[in-house]
Amino acid sequence: MSPQEIAQLLKDQFGDRITGEALDVLDPWIAVAPEALHEVMEFLRNDERLAMDFLHCVSGVDYFEPDPKKAKRAKFEPHMEVLYHLSSMKHGHRIVIKVFLPRWKNDRPGELPEVPSVADIWPTANWHEREVYDLMGIRFVGHPDLRRILCPEDWVGHPLRKDYEFPDEYHGIRAR
Amino acid sequence: MPHDGRTPWIEDRFSEGVVITSLEQAINWARQSSLWPLTFGLACCAIEMMAVGCSRFDIDRFGAGAFRATPRQADLMIVAGTVTYKMASRVRRLYNQMPDPKYVIAMGACVCGGGPYFKYGYHVVKGVDLVVPVDVYVPGCPPRPEALLEGLMRVQDRVRAERIARDATDELPVPHHTGYPELPIKPEDYRVSASEEASA
Repeated sequence: MSPQEIAQLLKDQFGDRITGEALDVLDPWIAVAPEALHEVMEFLRNDERLAMDFLHCVSGVDYFEPDPKKAKRAKFEPHMEVLYHLSSMKHGHRIVIKVFLPRWKNDRPGELPEVPSVADIWPTANWHEREVYDLMGIRFVGHPDLRRILCPEDWVGHPLRKDYEFPDEYHGIRAR
Repeated sequence: MPHDGRTPWIEDRFSEGVVITSLEQAINWARQSSLWPLTFGLACCAIEMMAVGCSRFDIDRFGAGAFRATPRQADLMIVAGTVTYKMASRVRRLYNQMPDPKYVIAMGACVCGGGPYFKYGYHVVKGVDLVVPVDVYVPGCPPRPEALLEGLMRVQDRVRAERIARDATDELPVPHHTGYPELPIKPEDYRVSASEEASA
């Protein structure tokens, strides 16, 4: 199935909850509203025509320019994205699902943005979502075991956020 | 051998099979010739450490080939590879579990001072000497096996310099070469300048 057909199928099914698309690029993507994500993913996984039985990767991207001078020239509004690279072993087609999120929930710094977990649909997502949570600070609601996976348990902050500040010391070890 | 009555009677009786040495030298010789390293490869430097253990470079020539899987049997910790903050507490614990006397070789750029992760790495300790005391630094990314062997020999120098007498201080081991050519020193290099003389 071509990306155009997949997008059309999703739009017929979910209407305005499909919020965007770019289908003529190398990795065609479809944007989904965060609250509809779980439903859309279940459809992608279980529908016979789509049968997206393989989740390659869950990634987080932080669109933010910490330098105020460069921020004016930045070609994006500050936001975060979660990407799901999907493909179907059965039909041999693939698509990328994107979710756009604010950098902070309700624009209050410190409150992590939330997105529904898909770990119950693809078990692969379990560790990938933990990694995104650990490094980017995105909370996956409904995840069975949302702990840090790479950083120590008592680590403060989410290191791959663009405005992350390095700690001065960690457990008595000088860090700068 | 019949005794001729002129040389002392003990002569030549025990010379074969008897070695006279000081206890200190004997202990140091034994220690330096059986440094047992801890199996402690953390990243890519561990590959070079393994090469040192194999037959081409053969760390067994120095008696340090018995890599122990437990700190309780090890004398030497070769920290080979990137030490993250998560690993740092483990490094310290393993070091504390080793019996004295114990030695640490910091192998590779990451362990010596953070290496390529020094500026933008949020996760790497900026030198393992912030966590455990280091005896010998072996720079390189990763160091050649010969460099690690050189580091091992410097540790052996250090072992050789240990003094067991009460209140004795260890002699600082002097490397047998510095890497720089030694130039003949001319007397004028030591001459005090006029301004320094005036201030004195």
